[in-house]
Amino acid sequence: MKRLLFLTPVALFVVLIGVFFVSLQRDPSLLPSMLIGKPVPAFNLPPVRPGDQGFANADLGGEPMLLNIYASWCAACRIEHPMLMRLRREGVTIHGLDWKDEPEAGFGVLQNQGDPYARVGNDRSGRVGIDLGVSGAPETFVIDKAGKVRYRHVGAISIEDWDQKIRPLMERLKAEL
Amino acid sequence: MKRILLITAAVTALSGTAWAVEPDEMLADPKLEARAHDLSREVRCVVCQNQSIDDSDAALARDLRIIIRERIAAGDSDDQALAFLTSRYGSFVQLNPPMRADTLALWFGPLAVLLLGAVGTFVYIRGRSPDKAAALSAVEEAELADLLKHDVVKSDGTKRNEAG
Amino acid sequence: MSAEVGQFALILALLLALVQSAAPLWGAARGDGVLMAVGRAAARLQAGFVILAFACLAYAYVTSDFSVALVAAHSNTAQPLPYRFAATWGSHEGSMLLWVLILAIFGGGVAFFGGTLRETLQARVLGVQGLIGMAFLSFLIFTSNPFLRLSPAPLEGTELNPLLQDPGLVVHPPMLYLGYVGFSMAFCFAVAALIEGRVDAAWARWVRPWVLAAWIPLTLGITMGSAWAYYELGWGGWWFWDPVENASLMPWLLGTALLHSALVLERRGALVSWTILLAILTFSLSLVGTFLVRSGILTSVHAFAVDPRRGVYVLGIIVLTTGASLALYAWRAPAIRSGAVFQPVSREGGITLNNLFLTALCATVFLGTFSPVFIEMMNGDKISVGPPYYARTFAPLAIPLLLIAAFGPMLNWKRDAVRQTLTRLRIPAVIAGLVLLVALLLGGLKGVVTAGGLGLAAWLLLGSAAILGRRWWAQRAYLGRAIRTTPRAMVGLTLAHAGVGLLVLGITGVTSWHSDKVVSMRPGDSVVFAGRTLTLTTLETVNGPNYEARQARLKVTGQGAPYTLISERRFFPSAQSQTTEAGIHVRPQGNLYVSVGEESATGVVVRMWDHPLIVWIWLGGVTMALGGAVSLSDRRLRLGASVKAPMAQPQPVAAE
Repeated sequence: MKRLLFLTPVALFVVLIGVFFVSLQRDPSLLPSMLIGKPVPAFNLPPVRPGDQGFANADLGGEPMLLNIYASWCAACRIEHPMLMRLRREGVTIHGLDWKDEPEAGFGVLQNQGDPYARVGNDRSGRVGIDLGVSGAPETFVIDKAGKVRYRHVGAISIEDWDQKIRPLMERLKAEL
Repeated sequence: MKRILLITAAVTALSGTAWAVEPDEMLADPKLEARAHDLSREVRCVVCQNQSIDDSDAALARDLRIIIRERIAAGDSDDQALAFLTSRYGSFVQLNPPMRADTLALWFGPLAVLLLGAVGTFVYIRGRSPDKAAALSAVEEAELADLLKHDVVKSDGTKRNEAG
Repeated sequence: MSAEVGQFALILALLLALVQSAAPLWGAARGDGVLMAVGRAAARLQAGFVILAFACLAYAYVTSDFSVALVAAHSNTAQPLPYRFAATWGSHEGSMLLWVLILAIFGGGVAFFGGTLRETLQARVLGVQGLIGMAFLSFLIFTSNPFLRLSPAPLEGTELNPLLQDPGLVVHPPMLYLGYVGFSMAFCFAVAALIEGRVDAAWARWVRPWVLAAWIPLTLGITMGSAWAYYELGWGGWWFWDPVENASLMPWLLGTALLHSALVLERRGALVSWTILLAILTFSLSLVGTFLVRSGILTSVHAFAVDPRRGVYVLGIIVLTTGASLALYAWRAPAIRSGAVFQPVSREGGITLNNLFLTALCATVFLGTFSPVFIEMMNGDKISVGPPYYARTFAPLAIPLLLIAAFGPMLNWKRDAVRQTLTRLRIPAVIAGLVLLVALLLGGLKGVVTAGGLGLAAWLLLGSAAILGRRWWAQRAYLGRAIRTTPRAMVGLTLAHAGVGLLVLGITGVTSWHSDKVVSMRPGDSVVFAGRTLTLTTLETVNGPNYEARQARLKVTGQGAPYTLISERRFFPSAQSQTTEAGIHVRPQGNLYVSVGEESATGVVVRMWDHPLIVWIWLGGVTMALGGAVSLSDRRLRLGASVKAPMAQPQPVAAE
């Protein structure tokens, strides 16, 4: 009995170290999205491209697709942009949300760096982004056929991110009914 | 690692455009403003490491402060205004962690440690109360006396080796 | 050149640490005096080489040798000399070297001054100390080498984080490290005692000064960190319950418990295995807290280089030190007996309660700091634990502890009675009660926390004063002699506990009566705030040595005025970052705190705070540390001096 008492510190310590070890592999700055498995909240945004029809939540769904949050003030978005252009060429549907930005500035990005988006809307006040739980740009949501959010990627999408996480997920979503 | 750098770059781009609570954000009604002020002190900023949105100068923190003021001005209770934020950003934004099954250890752990410690202390002191100590057997008493003799030699520090 | 010399010195130090750990442990086991002497020599030499390595790095910084990668990354020529020097420990690698430096100096200290220790105990302490030294030296050399060269050398370096270019921060890390590493000495003594299988009064008498020597700088370090956050982060907070702060608070809480329990062990031979456990845990928490913040498990406002690979290594060190010592504890400690009689109402009883509450407080901080990690692992959810949690858990546990803090020192050792003790405390009790009552009458039910805080502060301050007061009153006929013959430990105790009272006073004042205001001002505008009128006189651009600043001058009139407050937003072009220098008018009765923000068409944003009594928080911390220092200077505590009433008997352990 007494021995057991003296063993408790070691036992607790082993548990603690185990937890720490696993936690070391995680990124503490990543927040889980509240929207996983839920439909995208309703929105209807004005266009970024002049004369375009804008972007609403009703546009989402039908096929697996990406919803990308970008902005003209965001340096990492510029790094991500070529990747989005490549995905577009490969036939991936990407919708864009120009977050906390002037539509002219958001359109400037598309003119200078190319336009990867099927639909793109301007969220000047940032409120739609906040409804989506966005904390910065770029962020990318994977949307399934039913228009529900299945995954959120924070930061620029790298080739590894695409090959290892997002593409396999999109393929699985395509196979879903 | 690189990704974190990118996020940081994005965040720095965001900040610098605003400063913590600015005059133009504040509500006219001092009572409501005080409530909003208190509430935003309990909401953690999601882009800056470990600050409340009240202290943060990030643009997103400013947006959230304004949202809180809008909700409160629209008649929301503090809990409702907070729920608006947690439904979007999760319980991460609550600096006051919610009471849930998985936070029971967090909330009641300190008390549990205190109670366990109190029981331990009680047992310890009882085990050493004078009547218990008096119950040393004759053999133990003799051992004790013997040890005491040795200690006289050791405690004055003259004899350095561990002679038994 | 200096980098290579430093590198070589570090490698030699590592080899010597190997000798320092192996030789004396083996020597003590075999009773071989030569091997034990080798251990002592190795400890001294190791200290010499680490000092040399540190000097080399400092030299590279001071002379701006940018061919050393670390210097290029954390210093530039525009930085004033003191900050170039301080940048030596401004990086992860440099601060690790500082850590190793303090460790080595302490090890050398045991080898030099440990002559009155039992030789085997000294040898084992040095051996364990050498093991810790080995762990950290190899961590430094293999994962965080400070002497890496850069080729070609850049012409100019990247500036040290401007937030860290501050006199407070120059001394803050060394203070904390003195504390953390100082606790490693208590740890070494504990492990040595477990190996040796005996704990006695002589052991406690040796450990106490080391614990005190660690506790004093840690107290100062935490106090300075809090003051720094207050004036440098620019929003007037003084404690944020941030993981980095918690990392220093946890060892402080347990170290304070250890300081008290070692006293019981020394005087009464009780709480033996508990004291050993505390010694192990205090140092372990220093390791766990400090390094897990750096490993990136926890995020914090105080950014530090984060690298998971280093995290794994540090976790390894923690497993080796804490894990091994706890295993040793589980194996050896049950056999260590203490036979002392223990009365619940006695000084030792009071100290046991103190330990109980301090441990519970430490558990609170631990749970608050680490449960987000646990919960995320359980269900993937992220939670935050902020100030509101601590207000609901930490404060209710701290209050009973503070009530005992005035009561405990009035208790006699061995046996006492509650009623008699209360009689001794009747004056403080009556006055504190009056303070509470008056504050309640003035503030009503809303002010119940304020009244409680003020009453508590009065109780602590007067209760501490009563320790000396009673003694001097009893000998008032020979007051001069009474004062001269007062043991310094008693003066230290009074000061330390009074410091806690000042801390409570400060916390109560600022949390109860603080106010703030945010306005947009143009030069010439005035605003009325906290009974004073603030006028923005000028807003202009000024240049510093390595920054340019927008400087606002505010003229304050009214209560306690006139004076001028200056607040700046500094922009450091080389580091591409901005800091805010607050303008603070410091007075015992309260601070006026002003900081400037963004400029726009409507003027410049000025935030102002009134912080009543806040300065007592830090004065309280300093008073506590001062109390520790006075106590440390007590002759009776000096190493090896014999004490009148030693413990009843040594504690033999049946060799298993």
